[in-house]
Amino acid sequence: MIELSDFLILGAILFSLGMAGIFLNRKNAIVLLMSIELILLAVNFNFIAFSTFMGDLAGQVFVFFILTVAAAESAIGLAILVTLFRSRESINVADLDTMKG
Amino acid sequence: MIEKLLFYVFAAVLIFAATMVITARNPVHAALFLVLAFFNSAVLWIIAGAEFLGIVLVLVYVGAVMVLFLFVVMMLDINLARLREGFIRHLYIGLPIAAIIVVQMILVVNTGAMSPGEMPEPAMPIPEDTGNTSMLGGVLYTVYVYPFELAAVVLLVAIIASIMLTLRRRDGVKHQDVAEQVRVRKEDRLRKAQFPRTADDGRNDNEHPDR
Repeated sequence: MIELSDFLILGAILFSLGMAGIFLNRKNAIVLLMSIELILLAVNFNFIAFSTFMGDLAGQVFVFFILTVAAAESAIGLAILVTLFRSRESINVADLDTMKG
Repeated sequence: MIEKLLFYVFAAVLIFAATMVITARNPVHAALFLVLAFFNSAVLWIIAGAEFLGIVLVLVYVGAVMVLFLFVVMMLDINLARLREGFIRHLYIGLPIAAIIVVQMILVVNTGAMSPGEMPEPAMPIPEDTGNTSMLGGVLYTVYVYPFELAAVVLLVAIIASIMLTLRRRDGVKHQDVAEQVRVRKEDRLRKAQFPRTADDGRNDNEHPDR
């Protein structure tokens, strides 16, 4: 039988892979957004695991709302990315230093 | 037993896909590996009993969000070499931090504080007799109807924001102004010309190109 800790460890590994993705791809804004998606996926894994093993439906409702907010977030993030590319011809995060003092 | 085996197979593919997402050289490959990761997550959620959310993950994420990602990645002409610089240097920082996080979380999980016996009583118990989708729907439209409406507003805001961000007004482009077309009157467009009668009236007009 699958244990709760199996799901939690899988969520932890996914979360840290997303974290490492943010460290590794510090220049590439698109892969940064994908890493954020991985982190949100890890959070959803934890919610679903606890929902199943506690027998509580509220966790699945939470996952539903997280999915909604994550979809909105990535849509706006990609729109900002497109606007950025039009004005800068680049999506390198290091080029975004207009507000640097 | 077969359930556990399936869990490990899909979890292994999921971790492989997630690793490829963060290390792939080409962002298109990264997006495709993210699609693989979402598929495997959906299967794992279905194994865990959340069938509706597994289907929603495939429909919403693979069907909408990842297609959006692929569109944007392919639309932008990215200089890959510049984006990759510093990758190896950050690898030495990123990997140890990720490993430390994993080890710490595994230690916390294995203390037994999160075993199902230690949990409080469920605030919203899962009924035994109905399917996952129907009971989620029953809760979503009664207890959580206010957050549900708020989620709809969030999506509406996202639609308006992303359209307004990417809308581009360019000068010198011919476009149709419907209000202008409707507002026009006969006097604005039609002009009666008076021509004096001349001797060659009635002949072919092509002989007078200057008229």
